[in-house]
Amino acid sequence: MTVLTPDIILIQALNGLASASSLFLVASGLSIIFGVTRVVNFAHGSFYMLGAYLGWSLTRHLASFGAFGFWGSVLGAALIVGGIGILVEMLVLRRLRRAPELYPLLATFGVVLIVQDAALAIWGPEDLLGPRAPGLTGFVSIFASRFPVYELFLIAVGPLLLGGLWLLFRRTRFGLLVRAATQDREMVAALGVDERRLFSNVFFLGAALAGLGGALQLPREAVNLNMDVSVVVEAFVVVVVGGLGSLVGAYVAAVLIGIIQAFGILFLPKVTLVLVFLVMGIVLAVRPFGLFGRSAASEGLRTVAQESVLRPLSTSSRILFALCVLLIGAMPLFAGGYAMGIVAELLILAVFAASLHFLMGLGGMASFGHAAFFGIGAYGAALALTALQWPIAACLLAAPLGAGLAGIFAGWLCVRLSGVYLAMLSLAVAQIAWATSFQWVEVTGGDNGILGVWPPPPFASRSGFLLLTLVLTAAALASLRIAAFSPFGYALRAARDAPRRAEASGIHVRATQWAAFAIAAAFAGVAGGLYALAKGSVFPTYLAISKSVDALIMVLLGGIGSLTGPIIGAFAFGGLEAELMASAPFWRAILGVVILALVIVAPSGITGVLGRQIGKRQKSAASA
Amino acid sequence: MSTKVLEVEGLRKRFHGVEAVRGVDLTVCAGEAVALIGPNGAGKTTCFNMIGGQLRPDAGRVRIKGEDVTGMSPRLLWQRGVGRTFQITAAFASMTVRENVQLALHAKAKRLNHVFGRMTANFGDEADAVLDRVGMRAEAQRPCAFLAYGDLKRIELAIALAAAPKLLLMDEPTAGMAPGERVQLMALAASLAKREGIAVLFTEHDMDVVFAHADRIIVLDRGSILAEGQPDKIKADPAVRAVYLGAGLAPTASA
Repeated sequence: MTVLTPDIILIQALNGLASASSLFLVASGLSIIFGVTRVVNFAHGSFYMLGAYLGWSLTRHLASFGAFGFWGSVLGAALIVGGIGILVEMLVLRRLRRAPELYPLLATFGVVLIVQDAALAIWGPEDLLGPRAPGLTGFVSIFASRFPVYELFLIAVGPLLLGGLWLLFRRTRFGLLVRAATQDREMVAALGVDERRLFSNVFFLGAALAGLGGALQLPREAVNLNMDVSVVVEAFVVVVVGGLGSLVGAYVAAVLIGIIQAFGILFLPKVTLVLVFLVMGIVLAVRPFGLFGRSAASEGLRTVAQESVLRPLSTSSRILFALCVLLIGAMPLFAGGYAMGIVAELLILAVFAASLHFLMGLGGMASFGHAAFFGIGAYGAALALTALQWPIAACLLAAPLGAGLAGIFAGWLCVRLSGVYLAMLSLAVAQIAWATSFQWVEVTGGDNGILGVWPPPPFASRSGFLLLTLVLTAAALASLRIAAFSPFGYALRAARDAPRRAEASGIHVRATQWAAFAIAAAFAGVAGGLYALAKGSVFPTYLAISKSVDALIMVLLGGIGSLTGPIIGAFAFGGLEAELMASAPFWRAILGVVILALVIVAPSGITGVLGRQIGKRQKSAASA
Repeated sequence: MSTKVLEVEGLRKRFHGVEAVRGVDLTVCAGEAVALIGPNGAGKTTCFNMIGGQLRPDAGRVRIKGEDVTGMSPRLLWQRGVGRTFQITAAFASMTVRENVQLALHAKAKRLNHVFGRMTANFGDEADAVLDRVGMRAEAQRPCAFLAYGDLKRIELAIALAAAPKLLLMDEPTAGMAPGERVQLMALAASLAKREGIAVLFTEHDMDVVFAHADRIIVLDRGSILAEGQPDKIKADPAVRAVYLGAGLAPTASA
């Protein structure tokens, strides 16, 4: 236990404030962009990372100009990143203006993947050390400790920026438009404001702020390829805790988070990661719209583009599915071990995707943390098998039970909110689970994970495991399908379609959504438990954001308007990923391009496109 | 018309210092259609939302068939036989017309928590019977997302009727409809009320609709009841005329 002396308190508080300023630079831009365009910009962390990398390159080229070179580089990096922001807005997001809010969000994740590989290609995998800031290299003495002057400078940047933005928003026409659009976007458009220009300008401002934040990090820490996701998740927390669209809220929340981290490292180094998300969970549970937020900014996150009527499978589709099951079941007779392994994995991913679809497609609740339940299922099965030495059936039962219980708890928190807030809270819950798996080394093995999670005979062989997987996943997918057409499934869709109407027609909206959350979590747990056995190991990455996004992509790729969509999406995505990872060096960028192409060209997914094709053919056959 | 279904006593609501509703009393009996009218800002919607459970009153009592239901949620009110339609119409857009009504019938039978068994396999005939009553039987298979606005209003009515309500609350039932459709829809609601002994309370801006179908009219002004009585009496009331400045109360209204 650290002894608390006044100088330690002061130093840690100052450290916290310095981090808060950096965080605020990123979070303010995120908040402004969301306020005006309603885009939750996952790529904001990429803007931050690009700012750092560009700043690093510019300082090297301008090193001979001394102080002017350094500060010029910082500003230059911010401006270039601002320009990149405009490009992203114009090339990608502008085309998605009319799409459900989920699509732009997914598109920005595509940008994240592309930027990651671009940065890897340009700057390489090594951490890059930046120069010190000219004129601010010294230290000041605080009691007996030395404190860097540059940190003091950063502490001042936060409030200065807040003041600057306040002036910008109160004193300029641009600021007036931004505030107006944040309140009521349609009204501003109706008053004849050029939305395109406003959005481009807002993206420039937001991206430049993130780029500035990144470039200002140069003297503090090495530039690396993981900066983007870690900072954007923290910035999300800040924006949501502060209240979407509120700059003052963002600064207060940034200070809160910065201070919590600074002192958390001192006292509870093992749970610092959890602490931040715990604070977010508590704030949202007490104040659902954040500290300074208002409910106006929290309109639903539409997940389904056009309300599509679900229909039971036609006889021919039933036969097709039965043939697929038979074909996979017969694989041990003709296929090799590798192919059987891949197919088993794809089946598992299909259950994972279908469970998210149940929540998101039918329930209208876009979860950004669905991987948490997948991971909890995986850890549950792995621990039951290795530590507890349970029989295999009990292990496979432990997975959905553990995940379902976690889902009951997480769902209780999440269904109180809707739209972006729900998405962010589910992300926070997932990050808590991820951080726990990462830091609770005694039980989870931390970063090293749990190894040797192999199923006992007769499931130890590839063919035995494939058959086990086939039986369980087919049963899981069939159950989800039956549930969708059950009275409960209809009540769930009713709660999504028209919550007020549903409530006035005897449907307990919140209880229905809560139950759906738990059911979806349990089925994700089924998938996770099988996945652990398929891989023979479990790692914290199973709970990571990227895994949650994988599930989102699978659902949207297949098509959210259909129950078959997530299955097809899982096979397409899983197959593509396996193919790309094996062969292409920049598979993440390719995946990013695929995501962008998907949301822009075929937002209704594979099933949507197929459905339209079939419809066309039927029409032309009828007219012929 | 003697059984009192809805009794409201001394209802009050204040928003940020503005007293929107100040002491409203009203009664609606079985089989009776009562219109709640008044100029914009009179407190109609606030009254309505307090009766429908969307808003909690600051003071006063709401009783359904003698039971105190003040401050109950819309869902609990529904269990006690209160059906309602909304000003901004919404049916369950991802379902067909029949499925909308079938779902309401499942809710009535307390079978929404069934995770197995096809929803569409039950209450099909009952749903068709309800659709018959609102004249939508022919459209049973159509997806609600593609219905005309007037038809959507009928579906809303059908969803409410499926639960066999004692009281029907209709907030601006004919807003946004073509003139011909308006009178038709309200005539339908009023005749159903008469035939089945349902109490109907509705707010409405269209005076033609009000005078043609209300058995009794309650006029609100600035949060209090200004006048109450038979349509003819209200039409002749000088105080009501003053509030409306004669607008909408032209002699043709009786047609």
